[in-house]
Amino acid sequence: MSIYFSPFVIPFLIGVIVLIIICCIKYIRWYNQFDRVQKTVILKNIISWRFLSAIWETIMEALLHRKVFKRSFLLGYMHSSIALGWFLLIIVGAIESEIAIQTDKPFWIGIFYRYFVHDSHAFKHAQFFAHFMDLLLLYVLSGVILAYIKSIYSRIVGMKKTTKHVIFDTFAKFALWLIFPLRLLSESFTAALYNNGGFLTQTLGNMINYTVADVLEIPAWTLYSFALGTFFISMPFSRYMHIFTEVIFIFLKKLGVGENEQISGYTMFELSACSRCGICIDNCPLHKDLQLPGVQSIYFLRDLRYKRPREEIAENCLMCNRCVAECPVGLDLMTIRRQMRYKKDLDTHANYNYIENLQPFNSIGRIIYFAGCMSHLTPGIIDAMTTIFEKVDQKYWFMDKDRTICCGRPLLQQGFSIQAAELRRKNTQLIKQSGATMLITSCPICYQSFKKEYNLPIQVMHHTEYIHMLIKSGKLKLRKDDLKVVYHDPCELGRGCGIYRQPREILKTVTHLLKTKNEKEKSLCCGYNLGNTVINLEQQTKIRNAAMSSLRAKNPDLIVTACPMCKKAFKRASDFTVKDVAEIVKENIISE
Amino acid sequence: MKKIAVIGAGPAGIEAASALALQNMEVLLFEKSSNTLTNILDKAFLFPDFSLANDMVDKLNKKLLHQNITLHVGTEIVDIKQEGHEWKIIDKKGMSYIVAAVLLSTGYTPFDAKRKEELGYGIYNGVLTSLDLEKMIKYNHIENSMGEKPKRIVFLQCVGSRDEKSGNNYCSKICCVTAVKQAIEVKKLLPDTEVYIFYMDLRMWGQSFEEMYRESQEKYDVCYVRGRISEAATTFDKKIQFKAEDTLVGLPLKMNTDLLVLMVGMEASCGTKQLAKKLSIEGDYGFAQSLNIHLQDNETTSKGLFIAGSCKRPMGINETIADARSAALAIMDYVDVNQSNKESLADNN
Repeated sequence: MSIYFSPFVIPFLIGVIVLIIICCIKYIRWYNQFDRVQKTVILKNIISWRFLSAIWETIMEALLHRKVFKRSFLLGYMHSSIALGWFLLIIVGAIESEIAIQTDKPFWIGIFYRYFVHDSHAFKHAQFFAHFMDLLLLYVLSGVILAYIKSIYSRIVGMKKTTKHVIFDTFAKFALWLIFPLRLLSESFTAALYNNGGFLTQTLGNMINYTVADVLEIPAWTLYSFALGTFFISMPFSRYMHIFTEVIFIFLKKLGVGENEQISGYTMFELSACSRCGICIDNCPLHKDLQLPGVQSIYFLRDLRYKRPREEIAENCLMCNRCVAECPVGLDLMTIRRQMRYKKDLDTHANYNYIENLQPFNSIGRIIYFAGCMSHLTPGIIDAMTTIFEKVDQKYWFMDKDRTICCGRPLLQQGFSIQAAELRRKNTQLIKQSGATMLITSCPICYQSFKKEYNLPIQVMHHTEYIHMLIKSGKLKLRKDDLKVVYHDPCELGRGCGIYRQPREILKTVTHLLKTKNEKEKSLCCGYNLGNTVINLEQQTKIRNAAMSSLRAKNPDLIVTACPMCKKAFKRASDFTVKDVAEIVKENIISE
Repeated sequence: MKKIAVIGAGPAGIEAASALALQNMEVLLFEKSSNTLTNILDKAFLFPDFSLANDMVDKLNKKLLHQNITLHVGTEIVDIKQEGHEWKIIDKKGMSYIVAAVLLSTGYTPFDAKRKEELGYGIYNGVLTSLDLEKMIKYNHIENSMGEKPKRIVFLQCVGSRDEKSGNNYCSKICCVTAVKQAIEVKKLLPDTEVYIFYMDLRMWGQSFEEMYRESQEKYDVCYVRGRISEAATTFDKKIQFKAEDTLVGLPLKMNTDLLVLMVGMEASCGTKQLAKKLSIEGDYGFAQSLNIHLQDNETTSKGLFIAGSCKRPMGINETIADARSAALAIMDYVDVNQSNKESLADNN
């Protein structure tokens, strides 16, 4: 038996062993559930430059919590102090014991170093290490104190609504909250006895009576060990599973692995990588405007992880991507929703018999214009686009003018992935056979579909990109009017495809663009997103009104957007002027 | 002589003003626009008897010649306040008038068809509203966007009424029979033109409406299709192509037409919305709310404030006029009771 053993180490030891075994079993099982493509990606990219950038990203996010910092400094500090501080405590502790003890030593020595090594001059820089370890402990403790405060008053870290946790989480949370104060206490007792503490523990130790310290030293270290053990054992069953899983997940994601349409091992990693921080709740329109409980991504993932998914929750999401933009871990939340919406049983095959009769138009030397179903309900956009095409002498094939096929994305969002694939197959065939070199669409839903879900050999553009290109190349000459406008970022175009710059530059050319409170990634959903078929019209209207009042805050002359769905939403029940970017451009063309 | 303010010189305002003037009350009649009866001015014929709308306008305007009525056109009322037993009316220029009672007859405004963009109003020249067609009928000048006689005209009912999406769940009541009336008028002027009416239900609620509906089918060959139109587009020859569903056959259909006429519903007018809100008598959809639809349909929660006509709910002209008379009666009762109360108070003192 090593001299570095005391019975109080046992709870910690059991905890570590249980934790390692459970984690290994889980991770190996999940890896086996990866599909072939995902495994190939990992094996291929692990020996490339991506490996380094993946490591970098992992450090920035898992340890430093860069994204949380961007949201709120205090919240970021809280997360990073616990994560980075604890990580450094372990590493620096290991280094310290490595230098101090040359002989064989157990792995837990770093954790209980001060109990086993009393000589404060064991090696050359032992004093420095003692102070440094105290500094790190203080760093972690400050984070823990913030966490205490947050649980009482969350607005201090910029959160209105915090998560409702399951019992495992609460259990593990209290264990976690106890670990560091107990460590401080134990080290202070030891310091009181042997004068081996740093600036913090020694100061505290000096205040403690020698006899008291003598009696309480072992119980304190035992409690510390118990807290660690309890935390480790409850970790794999609670949200704290994210501590390790998040690291692996961020690494895998950066390596290029992604979700596919079915649940895979990767999904399991995602579910456990969610730290249930609750950042997604405040921003969810279903919470913000409708106060719907339990449908936000955090609860959806939680229920899924504990194997009690509820269908109505999978369906009740606007798919506006707002939570994806906010998620500090960068989880692919929308795809997981879609996986749970998967409806393979519904036979809709007969509905698509007609599509086989569709023929492509010989479009060599032309571009394809695909307006999208929604644009057909806002003919002003189509009218503007056709005018612009004529103005710049662009020959085009209006692909969905008459016998329309949907791009498939609305079906996909509702879980009809087989049916959507059928539509994509036919559309791809038509586009390829037409011989056109570019496809322009007016609908961000179609745009996202053509860009991400199709694998087209030709360039795909949203009309804002196209108009922007025309202006840049000087083909389209526009005058500037004196209207004050605000731009509403459609979810599918902005957060979905990252198109923020082009529409704004166009609007700056033709009008006076005002800034709004919720721009770009933070833009509000219009509420009429096709992602949600559960909420009723009244609820949609509430979400729309919230978005609209945010847009109208600065009294613009009109609202401009780039999505027929958003345009319809804003226009439907109000007399405020709403236009598409294309319509504004059409009105300001200088005719020569 | 007691002073009464009537706000809005439409059929309700004029009829009530005239009734009150005949009972020896002094009436201040305010009208925002520069002309009275603006909603009827461009009408050709009235249902159900196809009488000339101009006759009605002339007869109503003649009633205004009474010496007790002072008409203020171009005067927008921006505020109405109760001051004790009296009311203070303030117009846009800041002039104020003290009156004993106020009648709100601020009426309706037609639904703005541009809000239903999928139907193409304001985008394609071949898409009209029922108001545009009425003007064409009035001046016997029905033509399509190419300036030719239309070969086919399609009416679409319930544009902006019974439509959850545009926020108006109510029925505007008069559009069904207006479409039947206009279809017959079109057929009288252009017997060779095909006329279709797309409807959800046809509500022939008034006297001789049902007979008109039957006549339109038997005598004028108007074709009725049950179903709504979902979207309209234009064809290369500048016709309107629309998609709809024939819900009786259960099949989707596509059709070309020269003119698509949108039967726009009635909404509370801007003035109705603003004043009803200011006076806290706002009901559903911005209309003004009466105290009791059965027994006190002209009274409101404020004593001395009365409402009449289509500022309450969609109404036809005959109903509006009857309602205006009933409002005039309620006002006279109110003024009398008020008067005798004051007198008895004075006696007691």
